[in-house]
Amino acid sequence: MAPVSDQPHPGSSQEAMSYTVSPRRKWFGTFMTVLVTGCALLLALPLFSILWTVISRGAPSFSPDLFSQLPPPPLMKGGGFGNAIVGSLIVLAIAALISVPFGVMAAIFVSEFARGTKFANFVRFGINVLSGVPSIIMGLFAYGVVVLTTGSFSALAGGIALAILMVPIVERTAEEGLKSVPMETRQGAIGVGATNFQTISQIVLPAALPSIATGVTLSLARASGETAPLLITALFNQYYAKGVLEPIATLPVLIYNFAGAPYKNQQELAWAASLLLVMLILVVSIIARSLSRRQTFG
Amino acid sequence: MSVSTANESFGTEKQSIAIARWIDRIFLGLTCAFACFIAVVLLWITASLFSIAYPAIAKYGLGFVTASRWSPVEDLYGALPQIYGTIMSSVIALLIAVPLGVGVAVFLSEDFLPAKVRTPVAFIIELLAAVPSVVYGLWGIFVLVPAIQPVLEGIHQAFGWIPLFSTAPDIRGLFQASLVLGIMISPIIIAISRDALISLPPQLRQGSLALGATRWETILKVLLPAALSGIIGAVMLALGRALGETMAAAMLIGNAPRISASVFDPASTIASLIANQFSEASGLQLSSLLYTGLILMLLTLAVNVLAEVVISRFQQIE
Amino acid sequence: MAVSDTQPNSTHPSLSDVVIRTEKVNIYYGAFHAVRDVYLDIPRNQVTAFIGPSGCGKSTLLRCYNRLNDLIPSARVEGRITFEGVDLYSKQTDPVEVRRRIGMVFQKPNPFPKSIYDNIAFGARINGYQGNMDELVERSLKSAALWEEVKDKLKQSGLSLSGGQQQRLCIARTIAIKPEVILMDEPCSALDPISTLRVEDLMHELKKEFTIIIVTHNMQQASRVADMTAFFNAEASESGGRFGYLVEHDRTQNIFNQPKEKSTQDYVSGRFG
Repeated sequence: MAPVSDQPHPGSSQEAMSYTVSPRRKWFGTFMTVLVTGCALLLALPLFSILWTVISRGAPSFSPDLFSQLPPPPLMKGGGFGNAIVGSLIVLAIAALISVPFGVMAAIFVSEFARGTKFANFVRFGINVLSGVPSIIMGLFAYGVVVLTTGSFSALAGGIALAILMVPIVERTAEEGLKSVPMETRQGAIGVGATNFQTISQIVLPAALPSIATGVTLSLARASGETAPLLITALFNQYYAKGVLEPIATLPVLIYNFAGAPYKNQQELAWAASLLLVMLILVVSIIARSLSRRQTFG
Repeated sequence: MSVSTANESFGTEKQSIAIARWIDRIFLGLTCAFACFIAVVLLWITASLFSIAYPAIAKYGLGFVTASRWSPVEDLYGALPQIYGTIMSSVIALLIAVPLGVGVAVFLSEDFLPAKVRTPVAFIIELLAAVPSVVYGLWGIFVLVPAIQPVLEGIHQAFGWIPLFSTAPDIRGLFQASLVLGIMISPIIIAISRDALISLPPQLRQGSLALGATRWETILKVLLPAALSGIIGAVMLALGRALGETMAAAMLIGNAPRISASVFDPASTIASLIANQFSEASGLQLSSLLYTGLILMLLTLAVNVLAEVVISRFQQIE
Repeated sequence: MAVSDTQPNSTHPSLSDVVIRTEKVNIYYGAFHAVRDVYLDIPRNQVTAFIGPSGCGKSTLLRCYNRLNDLIPSARVEGRITFEGVDLYSKQTDPVEVRRRIGMVFQKPNPFPKSIYDNIAFGARINGYQGNMDELVERSLKSAALWEEVKDKLKQSGLSLSGGQQQRLCIARTIAIKPEVILMDEPCSALDPISTLRVEDLMHELKKEFTIIIVTHNMQQASRVADMTAFFNAEASESGGRFGYLVEHDRTQNIFNQPKEKSTQDYVSGRFG
C-alpha cells in the first residue's frame, strides 16, 4: 500500500483512484472472521454436549420414584434420591436464613448510613475478597467451627458454609438495588417526618425489593450446585436426616458419590440428579432474570 | 380539629418520637454490626483454619511447601505435588479458555450473528456458567474424555518423545482435568469479556471506522485494548475459579500425589486432595490438609489482589 | 408532490469543481423514510454547512457520505452519491477506503483510550503510512492548533485532555490520514465558547487543503464558517411520520440575507422550532 502522503491529489486522475483496501488487510479480516467463528463452533460443541447429555441421559430415569425413594444399593433396579432433595432444600434454607439478613443488613449500612465513607470501602473490600475465596475453604471453616464443636458432620455446618458463599452475592445486589432508589424518594420520606428506620423499612427497602430478590435467587442458584463445601461438612446420609445436627444427603454430593461408583444404576441416578439440578438452576435463573427486568421497567 | 385534641396528640407523638429514635439507633447499630461482621469474617476464617492447621505448621514450617511426599501411611506430609498440580491445571485451563473465550466474546459482541440469535446464545452461556462443576466433572468422565481419548492417544504416539506427552493417556490425568476445567471457566470469560466489549461507547467504533480502519483493525487495535481491564478482570476471576475448583479436578485428575513430566499422568490439586482425604482424616493428616487449605487461600488471594492492581493500573492509563 | 418542488433550488448553478454529488438520495430506516429526494453538490475546498431543525435528516445525510450508516442494519440508501465521479454505493466500492478518503469528526469528542501520540498514529499505521511517524504526529497536531498545548505530554492518554482539546485531537487524527473531505457532525456542540472559536478558526485554515461539510445547530456558526449553506427542513409525511428534505442550497450570505424560500427565511430569522 502506498504511503498516505503519496496519495494522488484529489481529482487529478480518476483512473488512479482505487476504491479497494489492500488485499492483505482484507485477507486478514477474512482470516480473523473464520478464526473466531471456528472458536465459537469449537466451544459450542462441548457446551451444547453438556446440556444434551444431561438431558438425554437424565430424562430416561426420570420418574416419581426419584422424589420419594431412597438411593438403591448397587445393582438394584429403581430407587431415587428423595433424601438428597429434601437435604438440599434444608441446607439451602439454612444458608438463606443466615445469608439474607447478613447480606441485606450490611447492604443497608453501606448504602444508607456509610455511603462514600472509608468504612464502606473497607466493607466492600472485605466482601470482594470473600467472593474470591474458593468454596472449599468455606467448607473447611464450617468444619472447624461447627463439626469440630458439635462432634458431627451436619446440615447446619453445610448451611453455614453455603451461607458464607452466598453473602457477597446477596450484599452486592442488595446494595446496587438500594443505591438505585433515587435520593428524592428518601428526602420525600424524611420530609414528612419519618425516621431513618421508617424511611428505609417502608420506602427504600420495598423499592429495592426486586433486586434483592434477584440477588437471593442468583445466590441460591449458585449455592445449590456447590459440592466441595458440603462434601466436608454435610457429608452424606443414606437415609433421611433426623435433624440439622446430623450428616445429611444433598444432590451435588450424591452426584459426586455415584459418578465415581462402578454401578450402572447409581450412575444413572447421578445423571438424573444432574438433570434435576440443572433444571432447577435454569428455572431459578429465569426467575431472577424476570425479576431484574421488572425492576428496570417498573 | 380543636386545640385540646391537637395538644393531646402532640403529647403522644412526643412519646412515639422517642421510641422511634430508640428504634432508629438500634437499627443503625444492628446494620453496622452485620456489616462489620461480614468485613471481618475473612479474618475469622483465616484464624480458624490456622488454629486447626497449627500442629502441621509447627512441625513442617515453610518446608511443607517444598516437600514432595504426601503419605498418610507414613504420617508424612508435603504439599509440593498438590501446589504444582493446582497451578499447572489452572495454567493449562487458562491456555485453553482465554483464546477461545475472548474469541467467542468478540464473535458474540459483533454482528456476525443476527441479533435474534445472539441474545439467546448469550443467555445459554450465562446458564452454562451456572451449571454446577460436579455436572461438568460427570460429563468429563463419561462423555468428553472417552470421546477425545483417540486424539490424546494420537498425540502420545506422535509426540511421545517429548516428556510432556510421554505416557499413555487414561481417563484420569492432569491434562484431562485441565481440559474440563478450561471448558468450565470459558463461559465466565465469555460473559464478562462480552459485557466489557458491548459496554464500550459506540463512538469508539465509529471513530475508528471513520479513519478508514477495517472491522478487524477496529476490534484488535481499538476495542480490545479499550476493554482490556474488563477482559483481564474476567481472566483473573476465571483463574481464581480454576485454582479453587474442587470437583472437576477431584473427579478427573486421578489424585496421585506426585509430580510427573507428562501431562497425561494422574496428578492432584490442593482442593482435590482435601475433598478426597478429608472425611477420614484426623490428627496430623487433618492439620496438614488445613495447612494446604491455607496455602490455597493465599494463592487465590494473591491472584485477586494482582487482578485489582492490574485493573487499576490499566484504568489509570485510560 | 410537494417535495419535488424543492429540487430546482437544491443545486447551485455556479458550482464548477464538485467533489461530492448527491442525486435523488432517499434514506430509510426500515420502513421509516428519513430523508427524501436530495440533490446536492459539494464544492471543493469550501466549507458547506448543513443547517435545519432537529429531525430534518442533516446528520443522517452526512453519515451517508462516509457510509457510516452501514453500521445500522436497517438503514438503506437509494439514489446516487458520487465522490470524484465514483459511485460511493456501488458494489465495487469498499466502505473502508471511502472512510479513509472522507474523514469524520463527531459530535462528542471520541479520542481512543490510547496516548495522544497513538491516537494520531493509529489511522496512519493501519493505512500503511511508512514515513516518519513523529513528523506526521507533529504536523497533524500543528494543523489542528493543538501542538503547543500537548507537545510535552504526547505519551499521556488522549482522555486526559479537556473537551476542546479532545475535539482538536480528533481533528488532528483525521487530518493525519490525509482525507480529501472532512465531515463534521456538530463538532462544537459539546464545547465551551472559547474552544468553539478555536475550532472555527481551524476550519478556515483547513479548507485550504480539505473540503469540509459541517452539520450545525448554530446558525451563527454557519454564517461564520461556511461558504455554502444547505437548509434542510422536516415535514409530516402522509404515513404520519416525519421526513427531512433539502429546502435550499446557496451561498451562505444569500441564505442568511435573501433566501428564496419562506421557510428558510423563518428559520434563519429564528421564527422557527
